[in-house]
Amino acid sequence: MSEQPDPKAYWAANMRVIKISLVIWAIVPFGFGILLRPMLSGIQIGGTDLGFWVAQQGSILVFLAIIFFYAWRMNKLDREHGVEE
Amino acid sequence: MEQFTINLLFVGASFALYIGIAIWARAGSTSEFYAAGRGVHPVTNGMATAADWMSAASFISMAGLIAFTGYDNSSFLMGWTGGYVLLALLLAPYLRKFGKYTVSEFIGDRFYSPTARLVAVICLIIASTTYVIGQMTGVGVAFGRFLEISNTAGLLIGACVVFAYAVFGGMKGVTYTQVAQYVVLILAYTIPAVFISLQLTGNPIPGLGLFSETANAGGEGSVYLLQKLDQVVTDLGFASYTEAHKDNLNMVLFTLSLMIGTAGLPHVIMRFFTVPKVSDARWSAGWALVFIALLYLTAPAVGAMARLNITNLMWPDGTNGEAVSVQMIEEDAAYDWMETWQKTGLLDWEDKNGDGRIQYYNDQSDAMAERAAANGWEGNELTNFNRDILVLANPEIASLPSWVIGLVAAGGLAAALSTAAGLLLAISSAVSHDLLKGQLTPNMSEKNELLSARIAMAIAIVVATILGLNPPGFAAQTVALAFGLAAASIFPALMMGIFSKRVNNVGAVAGMLSGLTFTLVYIFLHKGWLFIAGTNSFPDTVDGSLFGIQSTAIGAVGAAINFAVAYAVSMSTKDTPQEIKDLVESVRVPAGAGEAVDH
Repeated sequence: MSEQPDPKAYWAANMRVIKISLVIWAIVPFGFGILLRPMLSGIQIGGTDLGFWVAQQGSILVFLAIIFFYAWRMNKLDREHGVEE
Repeated sequence: MEQFTINLLFVGASFALYIGIAIWARAGSTSEFYAAGRGVHPVTNGMATAADWMSAASFISMAGLIAFTGYDNSSFLMGWTGGYVLLALLLAPYLRKFGKYTVSEFIGDRFYSPTARLVAVICLIIASTTYVIGQMTGVGVAFGRFLEISNTAGLLIGACVVFAYAVFGGMKGVTYTQVAQYVVLILAYTIPAVFISLQLTGNPIPGLGLFSETANAGGEGSVYLLQKLDQVVTDLGFASYTEAHKDNLNMVLFTLSLMIGTAGLPHVIMRFFTVPKVSDARWSAGWALVFIALLYLTAPAVGAMARLNITNLMWPDGTNGEAVSVQMIEEDAAYDWMETWQKTGLLDWEDKNGDGRIQYYNDQSDAMAERAAANGWEGNELTNFNRDILVLANPEIASLPSWVIGLVAAGGLAAALSTAAGLLLAISSAVSHDLLKGQLTPNMSEKNELLSARIAMAIAIVVATILGLNPPGFAAQTVALAFGLAAASIFPALMMGIFSKRVNNVGAVAGMLSGLTFTLVYIFLHKGWLFIAGTNSFPDTVDGSLFGIQSTAIGAVGAAINFAVAYAVSMSTKDTPQEIKDLVESVRVPAGAGEAVDH
């Protein structure tokens, strides 16, 4: 859309999306799945606690969501900054 | 019809399918051999990546490791999927934009140094060869069972098949063959799991069945599958299934090593060179994970349900009743699988106290000592249960129809073969394309390049087979070591090459060498030099290890060392030249990505 492609602004926007995505990527498995599991042990799910579910299945679903969000967001950013192929 | 004949039929039919596709799409030129002419749709590419990625470690080995430890081995599930996030966000689109064929070409160009390219090639070969050793372990188990021969004989036959198969075609043949392999392996993994989930919980979706109530409980006092499992395993003195028994540090580092390693393995990264556009590279990573998740969401259910089924078979009257009798194992059809697997040498039992029964319990547990003494038990009598047989034996353990058993045999072989082929391709292209053509003999003809690629494949498979005869662990554990090596060497160099303009040639070489050396030495100190048993200086346990970190988890530390050394060395040496800064700028924006070029 923009007339003048600005690689610097595009890269800064990309870095913002990456940072947010990676924070979620780290918190869910390492936080909810491992380190914070004892704190969440009160939340019961299917005969066990939330942490067990996150470690065995939940993280995978979150990873999927992150990748598809990133692909969608970046393809939009590509067009907004006029740097698409 | 005999089970053996049915297995042969399923395996034969699936092989005919793969070979048919390979002939139909045979690689002609070198560019097709390496990257399939870049005409692959993201969904197709994702499916092929999934087949390539899900190896003997994921298919044959992982659920078995989860089954016998429970929560603690969740690292495999989180680690081997979480790496795709790193790939999609940090590597795939930029490497596609760069537009060369191999990972080491990028490292060589970005760090303007033939030495950097050489070091990258060495890192790739070491990580990939370790990975193939793990695959060969799985191939041995699968062929041993399916041909009803010993594990060693199965491994040798398997090695010949893998080699013949990998030589057949390059990436193009492999891409479409791998789509077929994905379909075979996902059906083979899911169908028995659906049957077993229905038997145990009445829920047709195994991933949900894991968190459901058991089918026969009913009414009041009904109990969740996981609660029941926790109860029966603790009754026998084993550690509970759902609780954590490993320290957080090792679990975090192990998971992280697997994640970073996923994003540093050449045969996976190469996949993203074969999509038409940069935006497709982003989608491809997502599609790959969708197809991988179908298996990974089922795997924890397969593990838990198999553990419950095995315990029930060994204790038919419940864990507080009498153990299974030797006569029952010999005569009852439900126990036929034990005798078939005994032939492979991977399962064994012994009536130590001569009471005509086989007591399966944890003889290391203090709590069980009293019960054992009172009943005259003289130790656990299910003396050998190799973790790698669990998935393949699973349909037999659950007494499923014989066609399901045949299908699982075909699926296990598909998983092992597809990954072994992909890895051999990565090794052969590293040797012929990067090492010989790129450095030693630049004027080599296309014909000689293909020939040397095949010779490299042959050498790699011989080395992997020899080491695979005495593997450093179960298939998935050996593969985990390969991930540690890739994490410590390749991923940091790729990431710094894209996200930093300051990291220079000297820094990258120093970083890769220090990360690789540290990790490799640490693994050898615990697993034995070149994985030869008995040559290790430290026991391979958390308590006995050098830094209190297990050898499978050290890759994340190696990666941190790589980053730190590369940065420190770069800051104290000359800045990168302007054309490299321009190269990094151009890699960062998708616009202008053309067809990839060979040189």
